[in-house]
Amino acid sequence: MILPLAHISGALRINILEKVINVKKEIFKRVAAVSMATLMAGAVFAGCGNNASSSSTDSKTDSSAASSDTKSTGTGKVYWLNFKPEIDETLQELAKTYTEKTGVDVKVTTAASGTYSQTLTSEMDKSNPPTLFVIGNQQGVKDWGDYALDLKDTAIAKELSTDAYNLTDENGKLVSIGYCYECYGIIANPELVEKAGYKMDDIKNFEGLKKVAEGIHSKADELGFDAFSSSDMDDSSSWRFTGHMANLEYFYEEKAAGKTWTECPATITGEFMPNFKNLYDLCINNSLTDPKDLATGGHDAENEFKTQKAAFFVNGSWEYAAVSEAVPKATMIPYYCGVDGEEKAGLNCGTENCWAVNSKVSEDDQKATIDFMVWLVSDADASKKMVDQLGIMPYKNAPKSSNGFLNDADTYTNNGCYVMDWATNYQPNVDEYRAALVSALNAYNADQSDANWDAVKSAFVDGWATQYKAANAQ
Amino acid sequence: MEKRKPKLKIFKNPIRRWGWLFLGPMAAAFIIGFVWPFIQGIYLSMCQFKTISNAKFIGFSNYVKAITDPSFLHSFWYTALFAIVSLVLINVLAFTVAYFLTQGIKGSNLFRTVFFMPNLIGGIVLGYIWSMIFDGILTHFGTSILMDSTFGFWGLIILMCWQQVGYMMIIYIAGLQAVPEDILEAAKIDGATKTQTLFRVIIPNVMPSITICTFLSLTNGFKLFDQNLALTGGQPFIIQPDGSSIKTTEMLALNIFNTFYGSNSASSGQAQAKAVLFFILVASIGLIQLGITRKREVQQ
Repeated sequence: MILPLAHISGALRINILEKVINVKKEIFKRVAAVSMATLMAGAVFAGCGNNASSSSTDSKTDSSAASSDTKSTGTGKVYWLNFKPEIDETLQELAKTYTEKTGVDVKVTTAASGTYSQTLTSEMDKSNPPTLFVIGNQQGVKDWGDYALDLKDTAIAKELSTDAYNLTDENGKLVSIGYCYECYGIIANPELVEKAGYKMDDIKNFEGLKKVAEGIHSKADELGFDAFSSSDMDDSSSWRFTGHMANLEYFYEEKAAGKTWTECPATITGEFMPNFKNLYDLCINNSLTDPKDLATGGHDAENEFKTQKAAFFVNGSWEYAAVSEAVPKATMIPYYCGVDGEEKAGLNCGTENCWAVNSKVSEDDQKATIDFMVWLVSDADASKKMVDQLGIMPYKNAPKSSNGFLNDADTYTNNGCYVMDWATNYQPNVDEYRAALVSALNAYNADQSDANWDAVKSAFVDGWATQYKAANAQ
Repeated sequence: MEKRKPKLKIFKNPIRRWGWLFLGPMAAAFIIGFVWPFIQGIYLSMCQFKTISNAKFIGFSNYVKAITDPSFLHSFWYTALFAIVSLVLINVLAFTVAYFLTQGIKGSNLFRTVFFMPNLIGGIVLGYIWSMIFDGILTHFGTSILMDSTFGFWGLIILMCWQQVGYMMIIYIAGLQAVPEDILEAAKIDGATKTQTLFRVIIPNVMPSITICTFLSLTNGFKLFDQNLALTGGQPFIIQPDGSSIKTTEMLALNIFNTFYGSNSASSGQAQAKAVLFFILVASIGLIQLGITRKREVQQ
């Protein structure tokens, strides 16, 4: 307002300014008088908008309060930039306990959901950067590997029960170690499957799944429930397909090549796209929701499953707590997609929750951080609280899981089934890659033509190569 | 001169001596909050960096990459088209509304209030609300605003008109009320029709308001970010045969944001370079537009 007014010539300038101010004043008065309600609604909106940032500031204040009332002991301090908002409360509590016990300052800050990389970027620049942070995938290793201490042979690495969830860089440096893992697949409600006249044992491969799903869908009106819950393509849900279900394609490529990826491959072949299509088509065409309505989103898939409106729900082990109360018998089955020998498939297990210790902080801080980590995974109370929140921790002295889906994963493994590892974590420029895939799937959902599937294939396979190039450009 | 105003010296000297004290806080805030980050931004546009304390100078290659980036060029043309269409529509609508609301219609104060209110809502909230409105309608036709870039474009235009018309209207109303009564009366006596009065008398006299409004809507159009992010986020993409994708409804500011956070660490510098280019672009378009419209202003 000021800048353009400065350019107005003649005596009109002041006149206009006054008028504008007067008219505005008048209007604001009106606004206040006529529609207080709207303003209040506005305030509510503004409140909503601020929530994400205020909650993270809240946690900041909480934790610094926790740490400031302890005397400095001269040893190092711990600053964990946490990645999972859902465990924030537990961590704040544990941080306080640890400080009380040992006198070591522990500060835990949680990045607002979906902003971890932005928060990490800005926190790393500060004079007290995080000593403990998350490097969850190979992209993270590339971006933040320089800031990570080699964890090989450290006290915390020795506590690990498996090295399946570790991340290393190309020089073999142990950049980060998993502190929990998760699994995903298709959550099923055995009671509904039986009500429709099938048995869970019928589902041992894609043929079985297809028979059951199509059978349920064809009788949906009479049964009162459908096969699959909605597979929305909005941001709150699309990752279940562009991130998780896509994994079956990557995994079988790995398996066919006979080796697991240790870094992001420059290209993928797309050999198993027909299998991805099998399962994807089954999901969208035997569901409560018309595929045309998926782009917009707004369907609550979890709720559809919980209220027994759908027998299958594509999601992961973190849903156990939410789902098991309403559907106590809920169980998780693998992504059956018509690959040879898939009767031996297990669940998709992996993690993006890997601890990295900052290599650019003082040695005291590094040691304090590692001590804290060891305490988290070995102290009876602390590790129990962590496992309750995280489901499972791959450490020798951590208690067993109470999560049914993780136990399912365990059962598959014990029965000799192969674990489908999270090859999906290698997706290059993951946000861009998935956004393109969502766009292509939107077009395909609206019109399931071959041309539209070709675009999906292109986003899936060629998009990988393109994003790989972009991510590795110098 | 000195002799004529000897008394003023008492005031003048202390002001001279202590002026910096009064200017200081403002100047410091301006330097800390604007000048320094601006200079640093320009420096960073010539660096490769992940965190700004760890930047490596690499010269102008970021600019080369920015200019040759097809998504940047696409978003430039898309933004330009959007800015022009929204400039015209917003101003025509705002002027029309302002014109009718200064004709003494009953309840015009209420209308002014109602038209102004969309301005009080933030861009992200508006974007999501309008995406629900559009999708609510488009669902009946088996499509969505995310499916067709035409919907995305006009959706954003409708959103921006809805939000901005009220604001521009206020400025136009102020301008219209400042048109001297005697000129209007003279026009009436001379037998000018309403149309003639509008185009020959009123519009030349509200040129200052038009200058402000076109400036604001043009720069707003170029700088648009929140609404773009919340309404379509760049969807739908055109998937190229080589697997790259063009985000058909991505505007410049969103493109810069996506470049900064979307790719690898080499791209932060490129995003920074885009941002500097973006600044130069918006500033020069703004200044050119001011120059043109100011020439058309009349002195009373």
